[in-house]
Amino acid sequence: MSAAFVRAETLPPRPAPFSQTGLWGWFARRLFATPADIAMTIIGFAALVLVVVPMFRFLVFDAVWTGTSRDACVNTSGACWPFIAAKFNQFVYGFYPYEELWRPNVVFFLGLLLLVPLAIPSVPFKRVNAVLFFAIYPVVGFVLLTGGNLDPQRFVLGRFIRVSDYVSPVTWSGMRAVFWADFAASALILTAAVALIARFFGTRLATSLKAMVAFFVFVALVIAPVDADFGLRQVETREWGGLLVTLVVAIAGIVAALPIGILLALGRRSNMRFVRWACIAFIEFWRGVPLITVLFFATYMLPLFLPGGANIERLVRALIGVALFSGAYMAEVVRGGLAAVPKHQYESAAALGLGYWKTMGLIVLPQALTSVIPGIVNNFIGLFKDTTLVQIVAILDLLGQVRAAFSDPNWSSPTTLYTGFAFAGGIYFVFCFAMSRYSLFLERRAGTSALRIEGAMR
Amino acid sequence: MADVPVRRDRLKASWIFRPGVRSAVIQFLLLALIALAAWYIFRTTRQNIASQRLVTGFDFLWVESGFSISQTLIPFSEANTYARAFLVGLLNTLFVSAIGVVLATVLGFLVGIGRLSHNWIISRLCGGYVEVIRNLPLLFQILFWYLAVLTSLPVPRQSISLFGDIFINNRGIMIPKPVFGEGFGIVLALAAAGIVLSAVLSALARRHRIRTGADWKTWPAALLFILVLPLSAFFYLGVGVEIDHPVLRGFNFNGGVRIIPEFLALLIALSTYTAGFIAEIVRAGILAVPRGQTEAASALGLRRRSVLRLVVVPQALRVIVPPLTSQYLNLTKNSSLAVSIGYPDLVSVFAGTTLNNTGQAIEILGITMLVYLVISLVISFAMNLYNRRIALKER
Repeated sequence: MSAAFVRAETLPPRPAPFSQTGLWGWFARRLFATPADIAMTIIGFAALVLVVVPMFRFLVFDAVWTGTSRDACVNTSGACWPFIAAKFNQFVYGFYPYEELWRPNVVFFLGLLLLVPLAIPSVPFKRVNAVLFFAIYPVVGFVLLTGGNLDPQRFVLGRFIRVSDYVSPVTWSGMRAVFWADFAASALILTAAVALIARFFGTRLATSLKAMVAFFVFVALVIAPVDADFGLRQVETREWGGLLVTLVVAIAGIVAALPIGILLALGRRSNMRFVRWACIAFIEFWRGVPLITVLFFATYMLPLFLPGGANIERLVRALIGVALFSGAYMAEVVRGGLAAVPKHQYESAAALGLGYWKTMGLIVLPQALTSVIPGIVNNFIGLFKDTTLVQIVAILDLLGQVRAAFSDPNWSSPTTLYTGFAFAGGIYFVFCFAMSRYSLFLERRAGTSALRIEGAMR
Repeated sequence: MADVPVRRDRLKASWIFRPGVRSAVIQFLLLALIALAAWYIFRTTRQNIASQRLVTGFDFLWVESGFSISQTLIPFSEANTYARAFLVGLLNTLFVSAIGVVLATVLGFLVGIGRLSHNWIISRLCGGYVEVIRNLPLLFQILFWYLAVLTSLPVPRQSISLFGDIFINNRGIMIPKPVFGEGFGIVLALAAAGIVLSAVLSALARRHRIRTGADWKTWPAALLFILVLPLSAFFYLGVGVEIDHPVLRGFNFNGGVRIIPEFLALLIALSTYTAGFIAEIVRAGILAVPRGQTEAASALGLRRRSVLRLVVVPQALRVIVPPLTSQYLNLTKNSSLAVSIGYPDLVSVFAGTTLNNTGQAIEILGITMLVYLVISLVISFAMNLYNRRIALKER
């Protein structure tokens, strides 16, 4: 049988119908597909116009840009930007002495200088960078912001004998010989004691000596700069305020939360029942109560709990509360990372003969922590937003300073309030939005690299 | 292979390295450390209390409070005790949290589903909402609603009036209050009985459907029990209803119910803020249901509504519910920010005013933290139960 006609080649595809292609097709599909869609589009567009147009009018077109007092803003319906300009230093530094403003500026700048390369994945020297940021930067920042020169009197030995009877009261640039003699003697005695006890249990002398010496050198390296007198004027924390306080609380909180969180997470996954229970109780306690009650606890109860607690500055007390609180949340983030490390990693480490701390420190934690960096960043965003609560215990952060400025009669105008909210909201939004985008970027990157590894293994 | 002699004495490690001994020692040391810290704190606290001559104990709870509270669900006056003030605060916390949870859920689901809409402008609007809400501190939003919106409204004399009976001004919203006459209790009892009956009925219907596959129509019966019967009782008994209208007297309103701006600001901020987070959870939950499930369900001939109700939603809920409950918990804990604008919640009344009046920080903060802890534990316990119920039963 022969066919009368057989098509020899495929027909070329016909162009898609007009209603599906081009700009018109996009409109038809994405905005006007059904009558209900048309209604929603119109309502949505109206809502957008109703929000965006007045916002721009307020922020830009009707706004007052120049002026020196409230007189400039009395007759406007737009933002009163001179108010922000006049209060700018207060919003950023609080009541930090004007001549000393270079110090917070240096701290801001140094932080940025260390954070940016730490945040960009392709920049090398991550380990050095991390040590600089997490260990050295806090000490430098502390000295610069407070003025340092803490002048400690006693270490361990000094609590039992009067060291000053044996050492001359020499001071070298703020560092007392009495204290450092105390420190050296205490370190020697403790090192010897620990090494002997460890030897008794079978640890080699050299190992424990090395560990103890490293520990005390580290402690000395932290205490020395804080003790030394660099000739900086002392600035009490009650003079701090604004964005400075916001950043100090957030960064100090997260830096303190990391070690606390790692220890708690390890403890929560421990085989030792009591250790596990203690960690669970600690974590669930701090996660179960609101941050405000934690701040109240730090402000009203902590002074009763500690000897001379009433002398601890308000900001430091709040920082202790924030560190405990965010440490508990950090523990849960780290725990997620620990759970994500495959079991064969533990088994391989055990097969290599590594002990618990080496397994954790060299094999498990590096993997667990890199996998939860997005979680840590999200935690930081939460903490950054939560720092606003410190104003409830009378520490004026950025929002607190803005709120306090509302009551300044020199700047009372119909739009002062809204301008202040616009400014504070803008800053919070820019910080949080940038960080959340960054965390999203890291998540995507982690996702694609995991895929890549999977593909390579196939 | 030649026998290599093993020197047993070399392998013998100190008994301290035996895992059992070692873990016992470590746990004992930790216990000792915690006990020592607790003892140290206890001792210092006692010394501090003695040197500052602070009063301790829970006797203050039964002392007359001497302050009044702007919003109370149970009667409260200056003559009532601090214990009752605690109760008032706790009820206010639960009140604003409960309403907030409902509003946040509704708004969150709407926005979350809206973000997945194929309508470009709707999905963009919902996305913008989520970004703005989630990237601003909650306290900022509470203060914004309170200072910039609600207390910036006109004074009572220039109130904005809706339907001539609702008045909005900087003292809050005044709405008419229905006052029911005698016999209303019977109507309420009937309605409650109707709800119980309908629940039983729908459980029966469910069992019937599982056994036979046939659907019972339950809604007409439910309508009868919950609405028709109580309403007819209402008219048959001739229960009187009077409406207490808000009326402007001098500079303020009398009568009706006043919803205070502190409550409104807190409620709006809490529910819109939490809705931003719920929207993301809902979106992730819906996206987690594989497309094949929808396609398979429609291949079986289910209608679009049934596909959603029977296939997509149950699977999405499994992903949505755990983080959703933790958002509810967050909302409850975040309601403590009420203290910043003076809504009389637990923290504001008890850890604020009562603490200032009595100075008994340890007792008051202890009770307050305990209350939140109990709420958290109860909610997470309920969540675990629910999770176990809806967990995938794998064969």
